[in-house]
Amino acid sequence: MTRRPVRPYHSARWNEPVLFELGGPGRRGTVPPASWSDTDASSLIPAALRRTTAPELPELAEPEVQRHYLRLSQETLGMIGISLFGTCTMKYNPRIVERVVARPYLAEVHPLQDPSTMQGVLGVIHALEQQLSALSGMAAFTFQPGGGAAAAFTHACVTRAYHAARGEGEQRTQIITTAQSHPSSPSTAHAAGYEIITLPVEADGYPSVDALRAAVSDRTAALMVNNPDDMGIYNPHIKEWVEIVHEAGGLCFYDHANFNGVMTRLRAAELGFDACMFMLHKTFGGAKGGGGPAVGAYGCSEQLTPFLPGPRVERSDDGFTLVDPVGGIGRVREYLGNVPQIVAAHAWITAMGADGMREAADLSVLANNYMEHRLLQVRGVTKAFPQMGMRRLEMTRFSLETVAADTGVTVADIQNRMTDFGIDAFWMSHEPWIVPEPFTPEAGEGWSLEDIDYWIDVLAHVIDEAYETPELVRTAPHNQAVARVDGSGLDDPARWATTWRSSLRKQQKG
Amino acid sequence: MSTYAPHPYMPSSTDDARDRMRAAVGVADVEELFEQIPASHRARQVIDLPDGVRSEAELERRLDDLLRVNRNADTDLSFLGAGLWPHHIPAVCDEIAGRNEFVTSVWGTPSSDLGRIQAWFEFASQLGALVEMDFVGLPVYSWGSAGGNAIRMAARLTGRTRVLVAESTDPERRRVMQTYAGLPGAERAIELVTLPYDRITGRIDLVAFEGLLDGTVAAVYLDCPNHLGVFESDAARIAELTHAVGAEVIVGVDPLSLGVIAPPSSYGADIVVGSVQPLGVPVSAGGGVGGFLATRDEERYAREFPTLQVSLTGTSTPGERAFGFTLFEQSSYGSREDGNDWTGNSVYLSMIRNTVYMALMGPQGFQEIGHTILGNAHAAARRIAEIDGVSVRFPDGFFKEFVVDFTATGKTVADINARLRAEGIFGGVDLSDDFADLGQSALYCVTEVHTEGDVDRLVRALRTAVSA
Repeated sequence: MTRRPVRPYHSARWNEPVLFELGGPGRRGTVPPASWSDTDASSLIPAALRRTTAPELPELAEPEVQRHYLRLSQETLGMIGISLFGTCTMKYNPRIVERVVARPYLAEVHPLQDPSTMQGVLGVIHALEQQLSALSGMAAFTFQPGGGAAAAFTHACVTRAYHAARGEGEQRTQIITTAQSHPSSPSTAHAAGYEIITLPVEADGYPSVDALRAAVSDRTAALMVNNPDDMGIYNPHIKEWVEIVHEAGGLCFYDHANFNGVMTRLRAAELGFDACMFMLHKTFGGAKGGGGPAVGAYGCSEQLTPFLPGPRVERSDDGFTLVDPVGGIGRVREYLGNVPQIVAAHAWITAMGADGMREAADLSVLANNYMEHRLLQVRGVTKAFPQMGMRRLEMTRFSLETVAADTGVTVADIQNRMTDFGIDAFWMSHEPWIVPEPFTPEAGEGWSLEDIDYWIDVLAHVIDEAYETPELVRTAPHNQAVARVDGSGLDDPARWATTWRSSLRKQQKG
Repeated sequence: MSTYAPHPYMPSSTDDARDRMRAAVGVADVEELFEQIPASHRARQVIDLPDGVRSEAELERRLDDLLRVNRNADTDLSFLGAGLWPHHIPAVCDEIAGRNEFVTSVWGTPSSDLGRIQAWFEFASQLGALVEMDFVGLPVYSWGSAGGNAIRMAARLTGRTRVLVAESTDPERRRVMQTYAGLPGAERAIELVTLPYDRITGRIDLVAFEGLLDGTVAAVYLDCPNHLGVFESDAARIAELTHAVGAEVIVGVDPLSLGVIAPPSSYGADIVVGSVQPLGVPVSAGGGVGGFLATRDEERYAREFPTLQVSLTGTSTPGERAFGFTLFEQSSYGSREDGNDWTGNSVYLSMIRNTVYMALMGPQGFQEIGHTILGNAHAAARRIAEIDGVSVRFPDGFFKEFVVDFTATGKTVADINARLRAEGIFGGVDLSDDFADLGQSALYCVTEVHTEGDVDRLVRALRTAVSA
């Protein structure tokens, strides 16, 4: 594949004021219905709790609000450009789902309705549970966790309840994870009261069996690990790991955020895991939405099912019912989970089928290896852990260390400059970086070969710029809605402002 | 080679694309690319799922068939609330939140996703104006999560591990907060102590409160209005006493009430939490939940936030405005287990609905909707209380929800609700399990979406139900 020239691009640039600077006194964006009762409403509020001054909100008419936010949407790249963002697999979100979940038969259902009146909601939860059980081998799933981190937290809580029920709650105080696991594993386990042991990554890109053996003890409560990790590296000793932790009396949680490349080839339960987590809002076709509403579907073995949060959907002769498990961890979030995302995942699995998911996994891994083949021919691009010679799965961690050393241009500069060509920011790496100047693209199955080629062409072009006109890259972006953000005051209490009122106050002081 | 027909979601599911990629990579069979996975790890059991439904028409029909059996607030007349309330959603909220740029945005950079980050800042700014707090985090999973985060903040701030939680807090939410507090006895667990309510007024029992409050208390958590609908009109006194022992005051609110109800900051709240659902988010069988956290802009609080926050800042072009993340390092993304609790994907797309909703409402809209809800809810309560054997507990000082007591009718709420259901009405949330002291009581929710005709229809159906 030869490089093609890049195409000129410029983002919409509205210089749109902050909402508070728009509108004018007395303007109305919406008028609520008047009460049909002639009661004097103010008399219904205890004097101590009456609001005396109106909230300092802007006043705009409906079209002003609409156009302001239309402009802001145009100043958001999202997936309108090419977005090959590594980890967890961002993918195409079938639009049919948005249409369906907006219908009153879902949008206007209340979760406290009598179960007989919402059999469709309970039915879709049950159906998805069956589908994910088929994919993972787990006995049960809960969709209550509102994201991947919440599913990790659920596991930490289930772990706590499981060991407490066996009288080992006070003894088992440690959770083991790896440096390449997502930050949500150690942080949620810590929030649940555990001490964290983080195994370092070794030469092949994962921690050694010996390191794990040295870490486990009768204090081990659980292992929380992702595999493959977000470098596309699969730990081939994972079954042995699970055995070691089980022998020590701990539970094993499989963060399956990086499921895309192994869909239909691996089942967490067959590897011996007690629990796993899937991202419905990413891997299973639900929208990312800039960060939710999301679902971290948490699945577990029969042994852990009694500890799941409730309510659980159960099937009986009279249809679906809701049951609160006695001895379960209660709630990790109110109600049944993000039902629109549950519908999205159910729809996606139904549309893909076992055949389509197999093909998606094949295409993800094929596309990544194609990218890797081309990227390694680009000047200054190197691969992390090159000594691990086997093919990566659905993503590969690369490094721009050479480019940075040669030109002083960093991976963040390159990321910014690529947005000047309509390329959405790539994923670098979670903190702390174990690879210098990292970047991690992931094509998944949702982008065409032309898109993938163009992404690489843009990167190659920008790296050329880094060598030839480094200042151009260092000061990027130039074709975006605004120039490079000045982060210097963001952690300064005298300057940070998370609200307009705070900003006004600090400006007055300033 | 392939046995598949091209799939509409997968541009490269053609022989041509696969052949080109295989040729470049140098493999004859894709299977060669999975060499990292040992044979003994491969799924032994065939994945028991049917082949995909590649026709959108067929898929839509299946989803329709599955979901259309749901009765809902459109097919039936609903008086269900309990923290997830029915409100009118302006059409512009749907349009903006449905914009593909917002729906699909991944993370981006502060420059290339400027519009989304500005909208987030405007969310925080408008919410800050409603609660009169200067420091607002990006939203969390739910009101219960926000409450859980707040009590954990308070425990870190005070070094204490007991939190008084009002008994009149929604039990569903309380269960979430309990999970965040930790399994009793676990390392670093927080003890939640129930703060009883006065059976006559529905408000926190001040005598009991003073008995429970001492220097070991990290925080007091209360909602205003509380789960029984009642305003905590002694909140200022409670805050004063709480501060006197060096503890934090956490107040949960319905932001839609704040056009007419005093912001919690005015009566001494240190941390304000609540739901973002009433601000333009559909109930969606519970998928609409979302929560927020706000405090004064003081380092003491700001440095304990577990969330991400957006701050106004500049760019490399003099005079140009932009937005960036503040205090990122203290999040779990920045510091793993050394950060404040944990964060992750949340309900950020709901924030787009929220900011549009608040922008449309403005100060007058919030005031008017507050008056409408108060007027409708109180008028409905009066009419319901005229039914023989039916009374309204705590008839003064509620917002949009009120407790209807059916005990004197000799009927259970379950029985009455079953009869209402047969008439196409969803009666109020049954309180008889969680609030046994209230007898056969139900929590009714009446808002601006309920007409006088709706309430009359309810009252007629209730008369029949209680006398049947």
